[in-house]
Amino acid sequence: MTLKTNWADMVNPTVRDIPPSGIRRFFDLVTEVKGVISLGVGEPDFVTPWHIREACLYSLEKGYTMYTSNHGMLELREEIARDIHNTYKVNYNPRNEILITTGVSEGLDLAMRTLLCRGDEVLIPEPSYVSYAPCATLAGGKPVYLKTSVENGFQLTADLVEKAITPRTKVLLLSYPNNPTGATIDRKHLLEIAEIAVARNLIVVSDEIYDKLTYVGEHTCVSSLPGMRERTILLNGFSKAYAMTGWRAGYAAGNSDFISAMTKIHQYTMLCAPITAQIAALEALRNGRSEMRKMIAQFNRRRRLVMDALREIGLPCFEPRGAFYAFPEISSAGLTSDEFAKQLLKEEKVLVVPGNAFGEQGEGFVRCAYAASEADLNEAFRRIGSFIKRRLGRRKVLTFTIGKPEQIPEQTREGLVVGSSQ
Amino acid sequence: MKEILELLESDAMLTPGRIAAMLGRDEEEVAGIIKEMENNKTIMGYFTLVNWDKLGSEKVNALIEVKISPQRDVGFDAVAERIYRFPEVRSVMLMSGAYDLAVMIEGDTMKEVAHFVSFKLASMEYVLSTATHFVLKTYKQHGTILNDGEEDRRQVIVP
Repeated sequence: MTLKTNWADMVNPTVRDIPPSGIRRFFDLVTEVKGVISLGVGEPDFVTPWHIREACLYSLEKGYTMYTSNHGMLELREEIARDIHNTYKVNYNPRNEILITTGVSEGLDLAMRTLLCRGDEVLIPEPSYVSYAPCATLAGGKPVYLKTSVENGFQLTADLVEKAITPRTKVLLLSYPNNPTGATIDRKHLLEIAEIAVARNLIVVSDEIYDKLTYVGEHTCVSSLPGMRERTILLNGFSKAYAMTGWRAGYAAGNSDFISAMTKIHQYTMLCAPITAQIAALEALRNGRSEMRKMIAQFNRRRRLVMDALREIGLPCFEPRGAFYAFPEISSAGLTSDEFAKQLLKEEKVLVVPGNAFGEQGEGFVRCAYAASEADLNEAFRRIGSFIKRRLGRRKVLTFTIGKPEQIPEQTREGLVVGSSQ
Repeated sequence: MKEILELLESDAMLTPGRIAAMLGRDEEEVAGIIKEMENNKTIMGYFTLVNWDKLGSEKVNALIEVKISPQRDVGFDAVAERIYRFPEVRSVMLMSGAYDLAVMIEGDTMKEVAHFVSFKLASMEYVLSTATHFVLKTYKQHGTILNDGEEDRRQVIVP
């Protein structure tokens, strides 16, 4: 007689207790509907530029199919160090301060596992990308959410950080430009946060995967701020700016002792990032700037179109300044984020992601990715417009300056406002 | 101005309103700029890129390499002008290298193109020689891959 294995009981409780992804159920729903326009895709709609794909094909022809060093190809690390220096004037030694990872996802996981002891607290701005909290939890840490809000343009403030610090706080996670809100963070705010990080001995893990997709103002790299290079693990990659999501190529840059510790986990679990992806990333850095700029210019045009469309529809939305997401407020429709997304999918066949998939603070919002063709965006927002019209019965279009709702006259607050786009 | 032209070059159907929204500018201002560029012939026309193969079209295209002897004062321009005025000629470019003019011809049949080359082009004064290359297949035109198989293969929802 054999004993039947109950696999549910076999699952590590830490894994079991991680809540299921708020996005997964929409994936199941959408497969049942035909003719859906998806604004739910968090990756560029461009295919990787041909010169990058071609460089990879050439390398395969030449037989580059082997492991690389655990750290990743030195040539690529040198190119990354040059890129960071040229862009932000921060120097990293390519020999021992940069590790090539399989995307930022692996870098994040490695950073958390290398940093956290059981019960260490990780400060995570919310709304935020879905992986941060689970990665912290899986590493034994405790996520502590810093609730950013639309009133402040979803920017993290020093005050929010300060108030959340306890004796167990070890890590502050930063993620600007932000997924899902499209928010960027001002240098002034970052400087104030940096001061606290230094004063309170926090390690900052900064996911800057959208840095090049900044449309208003300039991105400030966290490690370029005074005193921050020593206490920042900088995570970045090639997925968004170079349309290379599926390649899985990223990197972590930071203190050599820490990078060496991260590499220890990396060498036993991943060994190295795929050589094909590394070669492609090298080509992207060496010759990819012009194509990248074209893609970014296109995202920026779409961003303006989306803001224009939202204004027409009458859905309030603060101006996204980076990434490729708009995060309109939908509470005026009288629905929760979940209900809104489900109804919109059912009635108009447009897929958006409910804001609460990115944390409680996302409730009342939906994420619309504008990484879609202009024709699709046009049609999607026409449909969203019809949906809203039906929900509201009447339409008001109001205008105000983004991010300062306290200045809106009280009688116009009821839900139907949109700001200017630049 | 350059941005407006780039947008129109990629999609001639874009309205001034849409272009204005994309660039964060005023619609009237954009319409005015376009009008001005039409008037001063910076914008020469609005065309549709057609993949005639989809209709099973039998149209014949050929690239003719033309060697000519340049003329005093006007160089190659006078001969080029005589050539490009023929409606069969789709484009004419002055080239560096082994020949002087690259002439693209379109005709309904191969015979028609051959007739044009031998009776109109090759026999023209100052034309020294021609070499005719018939187009077998067009893969890409005006920056657009015809029969492009690169569809959207992304998952419908990605965090």
